[in-house]
Amino acid sequence: MPSDNHKMLDRRGFLKAGLLTGGLAAAGAGAAQAAEARRSMLQPPYNQGAGHAHGGAGTVGTVDHQRNGFNPHDLLRDWDFGSTSTLPGGQTLREYRIVAVDKEIEIAPGVHFPAWVYNGRVPGPTLRCVEGDRIRIEFFNGGSHPHTMHFHGIHAASMDGVPGVGAGMIEPGGSTVYEFDAFPFGCHLYHCHSNPLKRHIHKGLYGAFIIDPDPTKYAGAERQAALSRNHLSAENRSVNEMVMVMNAFDTNFDGDNEVYAVNSIAFGYMDPPIRIQRDQSQRLYLVNITEFDPINSLHLHANFFDYYDHGTTLLPTLRTVDTIMQCQAQRGILEFNFRGFEAGLYMFHAHQSEFAELGWMGFFEVAA
Amino acid sequence: MTGAAELRASKSQPRPGRIPAWLSALLPLVALALLLSVFTLGDPLAMFKANLPPIEDLTFERIRVIPDGFEVTLVNGGPDPVTVAQVLVDDAYWAFQMSPSPTIPRLGRAMVHIPYPWVEAEPHAIRVITTTGVTFDGEVELATLTPELGLGQFAAYGLLGVYVGIIPVALGMLWFPTMRRLGRRWLGGILALTLGLLFFLLIDMLLEAFEVSQALPAFLQGVSLTLFAALFTWLVLLAIRNRGGQARSQDPLQRGVRLATLIALGIGLHNLGEGLAIGAAFALGEAALGSFLVIGFTLHNITEGIGIAAPLLPTLRVQEEAAVASGAPATGGPTRDSEPSGAPRAATFIGLTLLAGGPAILGAWIGGFAFSPLLANLFLGIGVGAIWQVIVEVGDLLRAYARGRGEGVVNWINLGGFVLGVLIMYFTAFLVSF
Repeated sequence: MPSDNHKMLDRRGFLKAGLLTGGLAAAGAGAAQAAEARRSMLQPPYNQGAGHAHGGAGTVGTVDHQRNGFNPHDLLRDWDFGSTSTLPGGQTLREYRIVAVDKEIEIAPGVHFPAWVYNGRVPGPTLRCVEGDRIRIEFFNGGSHPHTMHFHGIHAASMDGVPGVGAGMIEPGGSTVYEFDAFPFGCHLYHCHSNPLKRHIHKGLYGAFIIDPDPTKYAGAERQAALSRNHLSAENRSVNEMVMVMNAFDTNFDGDNEVYAVNSIAFGYMDPPIRIQRDQSQRLYLVNITEFDPINSLHLHANFFDYYDHGTTLLPTLRTVDTIMQCQAQRGILEFNFRGFEAGLYMFHAHQSEFAELGWMGFFEVAA
Repeated sequence: MTGAAELRASKSQPRPGRIPAWLSALLPLVALALLLSVFTLGDPLAMFKANLPPIEDLTFERIRVIPDGFEVTLVNGGPDPVTVAQVLVDDAYWAFQMSPSPTIPRLGRAMVHIPYPWVEAEPHAIRVITTTGVTFDGEVELATLTPELGLGQFAAYGLLGVYVGIIPVALGMLWFPTMRRLGRRWLGGILALTLGLLFFLLIDMLLEAFEVSQALPAFLQGVSLTLFAALFTWLVLLAIRNRGGQARSQDPLQRGVRLATLIALGIGLHNLGEGLAIGAAFALGEAALGSFLVIGFTLHNITEGIGIAAPLLPTLRVQEEAAVASGAPATGGPTRDSEPSGAPRAATFIGLTLLAGGPAILGAWIGGFAFSPLLANLFLGIGVGAIWQVIVEVGDLLRAYARGRGEGVVNWINLGGFVLGVLIMYFTAFLVSF
């Protein structure tokens, strides 16, 4: 949130400002010259991007997703289930390989950010498993600074991925294994916990960590909900599931973010929008990892949703709301559908208008 | 032949086998070209740069408020080309077009056209973000249409210059008859008051110039520009004065007029700067503030008329003459009590008023229609040099006057006049600077 030092418009300052910015005042070296400049601008050399479709607001141009190596539309449903096997006791073992590297990514058209990334993308891979699974993560640090992986979940102190505990910070070129049982079920996250923490988080080292409930442990309505949530069940297949990590980038490193987004790319879901089916149930795993700002939020237009804070319950913690807010590392699950709605574009965005206009804004295109 | 003569002789007659003069003159250039090619082709400083991102330095030279948005002129003062990736208005990404190109070469310029529904009389913040994520900010303090050059607007801004330049100087000069009737002992005080006024203007202009220079791209070296413009102006005025030195014995009235003209010129340059500021401020809008500002400047500048008229006082001229005479008794110069050579003509006063006040009109036009921090910086620097020379000359006059009366320069009347001059300027500046 760029700080606004709303200056008092005192008269002296006002006069000075006239001199300084000179600004406003000036009509160009000559009227003819200005007119010529204006004419030349009427034939823009610059390709107009998505912005103009929305009343002039928005970025100009397009992001080269290929060069980034990831497309925000793919990130929505790109689950990493790990390579699974069964342990002697019958427990499912999921093994993941995560590599941290330095990588420049384009977060808004033409705007590049020197990021630190897990597996080449921001946010890192969406790790998905089932309650009670054994999780084993081989972590390699290919970056230029010491990194860790700190999971929000239940685990031993030595597996916490913080400096000075267990393996502590993993030096460049080093590696470690994080291992724990997946508890509790819910919508969680992981991130680097190296010092300085702020820098390691806002540089891009974070991702979603989703633990599906085990339906065998629940009964009644809760069992139905668990079946719908568990990616191994047939009921889950009828739901359109998406993950969105609310993040932001401080491109000039002044402690304020210049770009806000979900899944990194400013206005990444404006053009093209996210296509969803009118009659399909929607489940959105939402994680907030925005650095520097105390909270972030999501507002869905023209519709309401049920909300499961942290995703650790099978019954909603909030019913029929259209806006929720999350502090950093808070997360939850949104469930909604557009049954009976008119087909068309339905907006969603942070309801800090400032974040929205700095990139955290998108559309669902509801198809009949 | 002495050693030195020998040396001279050997220089004048090139010995056979020696490198011809043109070639030896070329040699350093060839060496320089070699060095440059080493730097451009190879990269001897590579180890210092490593992977550092380029240093980017964009300056908002101008922001024009146009009916459908803003027109921003950016200057690249950094060592590398800079590419603008996105534009934000009030913390929102916004559509824009750039000409000739989003990439601005070193020391180059580009125009950014931003269609934006700006709000009358409210501030707007414009930010550009480059491909490396670096940001540069410009501010529209109060949005209102930047005036377009039209006859009506032209006349209005000209009138503004008349209000703050011509009228106050003319009003100040109306005190001339009063000053003439003042007792002699007070005249030194009037000169000292003029000095106080001039010192205030000198400092005011210098500070103003330094402030303007901050808006310039670094490569223009604004502060040096101001100081050297001041130095050159002062030296030029000094040269003009020294050339006139042979005609020292000219008519004392003409000498008075000459000094008054110099004062008027210096003050005129100061008023040009003031006109620039006022023109720019008016172009920013705020008519209510404007009329207050104009009254303030009128009061503030009235003292200037007194200062310009002071050297024309006949009694003063007599005193000066007496001082000159006593300083050079061989000439046996006349010491008259009557008026020396007629009173200054009305045309002289009008001319002086135009010279001192007129530039305010020019300044208002430039400030209103074609403001450039570079021009402002230069004008202010020239003004500083001119005012300094005026201070020197008025100081000479005051010294001569004091000597003629057999007093020290710093006496209570002179000191009082000087302090009063500064205080009048200081307190009337309250009207234009809060």
